[in-house]
Amino acid sequence: MTLTAISRRRLLKVGAAGLAASALPFGIARAQTNVVLGIVYVGPKDDFGWNQAHAVSVESLKALPGITVVEEENVPETDAVSKSMESMINLDGANLILATSFGYYNPFVVELAKKYPDVTFRHAAPLWNKDKDPANAGSYFPYLNQAHYVNGVAAGLSSGGKIGFVAAKPIPSVLSNINSVLLGARSVNPNATVQVIFTGEWSLPVREAEATNALVDAGCEVITCHVDSPKVVIETAEGRGVKTAGHNASQAPLAPKGFITGAEYKWETIYKSYADDIAAGKTPPNFLVGGYNNDMLRNTPYGAGATPEAIAAADAAIAALVAGAPIYKGTLKDNAGNVVVDKDYDNYDPYLDGMNWLLEGVQGSIT
Amino acid sequence: MTAETADSTAIPAKAGPSLGLLRLAEAVSIPVGALLVSAVLFALFLLAIGKDPIQFYQLIWTGGFGSSFSIQNSLQRAAPLILTGLAFAIPARIGLTMIGGEGALVLGGFSAAAIAIPLVSNAVPVPLTLFVMALTAVVSGGLWVGFTGWLKYARGVNETIASLLMSYIAIAIMNFFVEGALRDPASANKPSTMPIGDAYRVGAIPGTEVHWGFAAGVVLALLLWVLMSRTTFGFAARMTGGNLRAARAQGLPVGWLMVVCCAIAGACAGLAGFFEVAAIHGQANASLVAGYGFTGILVAFLARQNPLAVIPVAILFGALAAAGGVIQRRMGMPDATILVLQGMMFVVLLVSETFYGRLKLFQPRATGERT
Repeated sequence: MTLTAISRRRLLKVGAAGLAASALPFGIARAQTNVVLGIVYVGPKDDFGWNQAHAVSVESLKALPGITVVEEENVPETDAVSKSMESMINLDGANLILATSFGYYNPFVVELAKKYPDVTFRHAAPLWNKDKDPANAGSYFPYLNQAHYVNGVAAGLSSGGKIGFVAAKPIPSVLSNINSVLLGARSVNPNATVQVIFTGEWSLPVREAEATNALVDAGCEVITCHVDSPKVVIETAEGRGVKTAGHNASQAPLAPKGFITGAEYKWETIYKSYADDIAAGKTPPNFLVGGYNNDMLRNTPYGAGATPEAIAAADAAIAALVAGAPIYKGTLKDNAGNVVVDKDYDNYDPYLDGMNWLLEGVQGSIT
Repeated sequence: MTAETADSTAIPAKAGPSLGLLRLAEAVSIPVGALLVSAVLFALFLLAIGKDPIQFYQLIWTGGFGSSFSIQNSLQRAAPLILTGLAFAIPARIGLTMIGGEGALVLGGFSAAAIAIPLVSNAVPVPLTLFVMALTAVVSGGLWVGFTGWLKYARGVNETIASLLMSYIAIAIMNFFVEGALRDPASANKPSTMPIGDAYRVGAIPGTEVHWGFAAGVVLALLLWVLMSRTTFGFAARMTGGNLRAARAQGLPVGWLMVVCCAIAGACAGLAGFFEVAAIHGQANASLVAGYGFTGILVAFLARQNPLAVIPVAILFGALAAAGGVIQRRMGMPDATILVLQGMMFVVLLVSETFYGRLKLFQPRATGERT
């Protein structure tokens, strides 16, 4: 009897020691000043697109002292994502969770943020609502259309001004990128046009290739796009011998002959600022948007397709955006003839977030 | 063919009571042995690419079963897989390769979310609403796959192709309504139906964080095991699966059996869809198309179409999915690692099928001769 009691106690002791030992490496990570950043991606980390842009950015954080990065790719927008995030919190001691796909937010990020009030959750789309959502959740989102504007400037001077655009869905953020390419191209070439084809889905490689071919057949000299992974579009266009401008991440290696430049997110600015805030014991901002003026965007280094005049003009356009120059200005009509812009709008004006029009000069239709 | 069919055929009179035990031992040790072999093969693969297999299996344990959180993580992920596994296993017993679980899940989930809209807006009591939702999901899933079974019986349409194509139609039907008539205007960038609201959500099993879909799957698996191996219906179904012409010659209602087995399968998958909507998403949208229906095929295969074995296999798959994340994070291996492991298990298990009835160890000594 005594024997069993002792052995049971010893068992408990050994068990406790084992638990303590297994917790040790992560116990250090849980200390106040250290940041354990957990990030989930909806697709593969090397998709030449949205997910790669995030992955490249957190990669650059790994070298910094006091930051541990844990990553998980191909996490679907189901309870799998809440379990993955919870596993990062429970098993890796994550204190900063970055959820990078649109559908992760509701209900998964919101519910988990309520359950773990000490963990900071940030989500890559402007969805956080001050009145409804937990205070430890939040949103971040750079306005990529500013970099697409630069794409337009460079494309307008690297070609005759006939630009093709392969787009996923006719939602405001996509429409703004299309319109910004046109405005950038028109700023250097008043006759420039943009022809757009919507595929209807974020990732439909076959239809993206068909759309690219159709645009090239229609006489487009530069192809750009807004789909999750621009790989197919850029490679198809390069194969057809036309120039290309990128989206989301760097596609320069895919088009050695025709690549001009590309619109890229600079997520590391945001991620670094979050990590710094948490290390300093501060709460990172709940809602963080930006663009060239606060170093949240970049354009891919110019490729062989960019002409010297295009490079000079694009560099000047970037400098102007850094200083806050507006993109939507003056009086602009949509391609049905209605006036949709009647004054200079700030690049973050809420009016532009509800954009449901394509400007005059864009060939294509939302419906 | 399977342990049960062997059970019911050609049992020598003198076999004695140990035969059932031998059959059970065979049915357990062959798949377990196959899993161990595939684990060893995968360890060799890991060594070949310079990773530590011991760390890998430790992480599988940590991520899948190592703590209360990990166990619940595994069980939660297993919940839809039990139901979609049954959706493949039941028609397989009657000889049909029905792979339409994905479509029935999506349609079940969508119809449950759709029927909930008028019920929720009229403040119908929660239990009644959930019951109607579950019933709608079960019926729509059952009709959907049952129809494929009828096509097979009445028109001779290949059920594998038909059920796969029917899945795409089901997904298209959901997309049509979710992006059109039934779209919640607030869901701008991700079209969804109206949320059913927190009050109408199915909660967790008390004392856990695992939703009720897991319990429903376990109960259904038990019931279907009884149905398929302890009733005349199950016997008739298995006989039809074993030899269609013989079953017909015996006067069995073959067509009816096929349609019912398919309807049961669709009902299981539809119920999985109901739980995805009522316990997880709170609405129907494209996230319902998560591939559970297709993973269920693999689960049922590894369970050798035995409804009871579907439970542990689904939990194993849930654990692998749960551990997959930890392996990505700690070992820096890509997501596909777990797929490679699953693929190896699948191949080795298929090979192990050939060992049934051939290992001396599991043969009754007194009656050495078998047909």
